[in-house]
Amino acid sequence: MTKVFIYPTNSLILSDLIERFDHTPLAMMGAVHDKITTIGIDSPPLNITPEDPKHGLKYAAVEVPAGVRGRMALIGPLIDEAEAAIIVDDAAISFGCMGCARTNELTKFLTRDKDIPVLELVYPYSDEEGKDFVYKISEFLESLPKDVKS
Amino acid sequence: MAVHEDGTITKLVVISSDSILPIDAALEIYGSEIDITIKETCFGTMVTGPEDVVNKVVSNVVNLDRNHIFVKERGFPPGDDRRCRAGRGGGPRPGFHFLRNEIGILPIIGKALDDYENNVPLEKVVQPEKLKVSQLKDIIESELTR
Repeated sequence: MTKVFIYPTNSLILSDLIERFDHTPLAMMGAVHDKITTIGIDSPPLNITPEDPKHGLKYAAVEVPAGVRGRMALIGPLIDEAEAAIIVDDAAISFGCMGCARTNELTKFLTRDKDIPVLELVYPYSDEEGKDFVYKISEFLESLPKDVKS
Repeated sequence: MAVHEDGTITKLVVISSDSILPIDAALEIYGSEIDITIKETCFGTMVTGPEDVVNKVVSNVVNLDRNHIFVKERGFPPGDDRRCRAGRGGGPRPGFHFLRNEIGILPIIGKALDDYENNVPLEKVVQPEKLKVSQLKDIIESELTR
């Protein structure tokens, strides 16, 4: 199974399709789970520590807003671990909880900059586009090695 | 899916099927008589428990309608004070807007997965061209001269 990084990092569709084709999705949900079950920050309302923006310094400079560095503390290690990536652009949801435009740009830049296979698509909004979307993802995932030890 | 140090996992099961309802998925899980926590929601169910047990139960649910039931992991367990609406004064929980947006696309994905399974060949998709600036200017001018 190949570890496939996804963008948007908490996409249901991408996460499901990657598991469906027998690979491992590297998604924000897993990173958040590890984060919130760590002893010391499992007491609400905290789910992030002052250490996180410091960890983010590996991926973004010190003058970059703490919000970007805090997010990169979670996303950065996923990109480091990735063996392939799927980027789906043009998502309306980028304005929501995922809506940090600078983090999104940096995430996409670091993914493209890494020497791994990357598939770039846009969200489908019609049956034809949906078919194209699923077929391209399936073709990409089937081209990835399945016997890699994860 | 990544294995977590604490050995537990929470999975969201989203149902976009014409034949299966969220209650059917919940009943399938109740029927398995396994000691896990489930929460029924408007879009499906949330299942929390030991990783291997959750994966097994979720796989049984997905098999009810494989191409129209979708699964993803969730970071927070159901009812967590940091996310649960009960303690936050109502309103959608953070992250729900994104999920709702993707749920709107699931029928398209489900249909495409059916086609993929039936080896339906892919036809060339013609992407609509973006509006040229000159055309936009013409539209604006024609509206202004009305």
